[in-house]
Amino acid sequence: MSDVSGASGEVELVQLLTPEGERLEHPEYSFSGDDDQIKGFYHDMVLTRRIDTEATALQRQGELGLWASCLGQEAAQVGSGRALGKQDFVFPTYREHGVAWCLGVDAVHLLALFRGVDLGGWDAQQTRFHLYTIVIGAQALHATGYAMGVERDGLVGTGDPDRDMAVVGYFGDGATSQGDVNEAFIFASSYNAPIVFFCQNNQWAISEPIERQSRIPLYRRASGFGFPGVRVDGNDVLAVYAATTAALERARSGSGPSLIEAYTYRMGAHTTSDDPTKYRLADELEHWRLKDPIERVRAYLRRSGSGDEAFFADVEAEAADYAADLRARCLALPDPKLLDFFDLVYAEQTPLLAEQKANYAEYLATFEGSEPREELGQVEPAYSGGV
Amino acid sequence: MTMVTMAKALNAGLRRALEADPKVVIAGEDVGKLGGVFRVTESLQKDFGEHRVIDSPLAESGIVGTAVGMALRGYRPVCEIQFDGFIYPAFDQIVSQLARLHYRSRGLLRMPIVIRVPYGGGIGAVEHHSESPEAYFCHTPGLKVVTCSNPADAYWMIQQAIASDDPIIFFEPKRRYHERAELDESRTPPPLHSSRVARPGTDVTLIAYGPMVKTCLEAAEAATEEGHDLEVIDLRTLSPLDMAVVYESVQKTGRVITVHEAQLNLGLGAELAARITEQCFYSLEAPVLRVGGFDIPYPPSRVEEEYLPDLDRVLDMVDRSLAY
Repeated sequence: MSDVSGASGEVELVQLLTPEGERLEHPEYSFSGDDDQIKGFYHDMVLTRRIDTEATALQRQGELGLWASCLGQEAAQVGSGRALGKQDFVFPTYREHGVAWCLGVDAVHLLALFRGVDLGGWDAQQTRFHLYTIVIGAQALHATGYAMGVERDGLVGTGDPDRDMAVVGYFGDGATSQGDVNEAFIFASSYNAPIVFFCQNNQWAISEPIERQSRIPLYRRASGFGFPGVRVDGNDVLAVYAATTAALERARSGSGPSLIEAYTYRMGAHTTSDDPTKYRLADELEHWRLKDPIERVRAYLRRSGSGDEAFFADVEAEAADYAADLRARCLALPDPKLLDFFDLVYAEQTPLLAEQKANYAEYLATFEGSEPREELGQVEPAYSGGV
Repeated sequence: MTMVTMAKALNAGLRRALEADPKVVIAGEDVGKLGGVFRVTESLQKDFGEHRVIDSPLAESGIVGTAVGMALRGYRPVCEIQFDGFIYPAFDQIVSQLARLHYRSRGLLRMPIVIRVPYGGGIGAVEHHSESPEAYFCHTPGLKVVTCSNPADAYWMIQQAIASDDPIIFFEPKRRYHERAELDESRTPPPLHSSRVARPGTDVTLIAYGPMVKTCLEAAEAATEEGHDLEVIDLRTLSPLDMAVVYESVQKTGRVITVHEAQLNLGLGAELAARITEQCFYSLEAPVLRVGGFDIPYPPSRVEEEYLPDLDRVLDMVDRSLAY
């Protein structure tokens, strides 16, 4: 009987840039871009981290209800996000702030969701970035269905770069235990859907280590479903970019799905409500700090001479300005009005819900003074809601 | 005007929908070559191709979840859940994903998805094949829920549901699939979310839907022998409810009985009773009474006829109502 634990076979990790900032060759994957492109990655990763840091600070100051930090995963997100073609479509979890950045989603929308202002305020169709999905793994099926639609639209395998498109479904290591992710693998494989499953294995599902989710390296699961899987150094933006580019090309050409396991680390807590000191050791954090995705690019750019101190300083300054502006815009977000939500439930409003809304509006109007309570953002759940 | 079964009427309605809009696709287990276990999708794959009539892997969450993705891509998926009791693996995709996307996106995303579900008992089936889970879905904002009771309604309602931009759970009373009735394809159907008086009467109102409409019509017929003139309402739409027809009837009869196969506790009858009491309190001559399945899991089929509301249970409740 063969060893199914995966312990005996050597686990390969695609790496094109070492933690020390040295470029590596790989027989299958290569990064053919220039240093300007790498400087772009650096810029995007620094901005992503700055947005993340600002959001965490806002949560600590009571301005966000919660924040799910992507600290440490910037290369996985920017590398994959920048590999996207102009037609490709993304289905994120709730932590893909770096991918959102790459697709031009205004970060204030991400903050608005975590502030409790709305449930996802960006235009998913226009940005090609679907709304965040909080139930773990559910979006893998949406991504697969979307890809099935793309295939039916004849936008796969035409060879026309302005037509062919692919879908990326993001999820984490914990999600690979979900039925929906496994079902997505089966549907995608069965229908040869143009999709890239992008798993950020950040080692932790809140407090549960990867060993609780899988006894084999995650990328090897793909072969059981009938498509290729690859593990890349998720803190290496060049490797992530190269692997995602190849997987997207494979999907667009009509060769079907693939799985990328971006091997990375969640440097922060699961969310701001979590306390990782209860379940993991500081040593582990230190080990991964040495593999920081941004530091290695900085080291490379310094060594190659493409990035001088002025460049790094400019990026820092831009990030600081962006964060200040983001903070101001976040604090200026108006609270929503509960009355407005009644009309959003259905495309065609129902008479009963319209009546309930009217009754509630009437109830609000019974309060003395001209200022209805909902204007103050302090609607108490005192009204039973009957009609 | 032709006589057709409900299964044939649904098949014809699905065919019309596939012809009318190239974005309509059908997906489900065995819906292709086999034509579905009840043959509702018979020969549709042959005529419209595997790209539009899709045999799905055996995964209900996958069927609904991929339909959500296809809808985001501009398609109008019609999913078939093979039996009522198999819908629960898709529960998250239906109530947490499908039902909320229009709301979460502030109306930017539409979910024109129909989920067809053969439901109810009375066919001597094994466990999980005779359930009436409609209340779960009526309780979920963002979904609409309808059910047909006869072939003509089935034909029109399935087309109207597919044309709707809101997600609709479409319950089909499986024990009525093979009963025949007239279908006039040339008439103009009533709106999807409207209830109707299936039999006018003056003494007591029976409110039913799906499989119980026929039972109530038979009860009304039998009641005439005792001189009672019962009105029967076929709800057709379970969410949203169309209460105008109900209120009008109650104001006339003053006595109401709700009838459904589903368990009584927090079933549709409870909601109807609450609304009727709020709106028609001074018209009522008796409390709103309910006939339904007992609050036990669906029993083995040898005793299902005892479990399911029948003509006698309905008439017994009519007597109780008239006794007030």
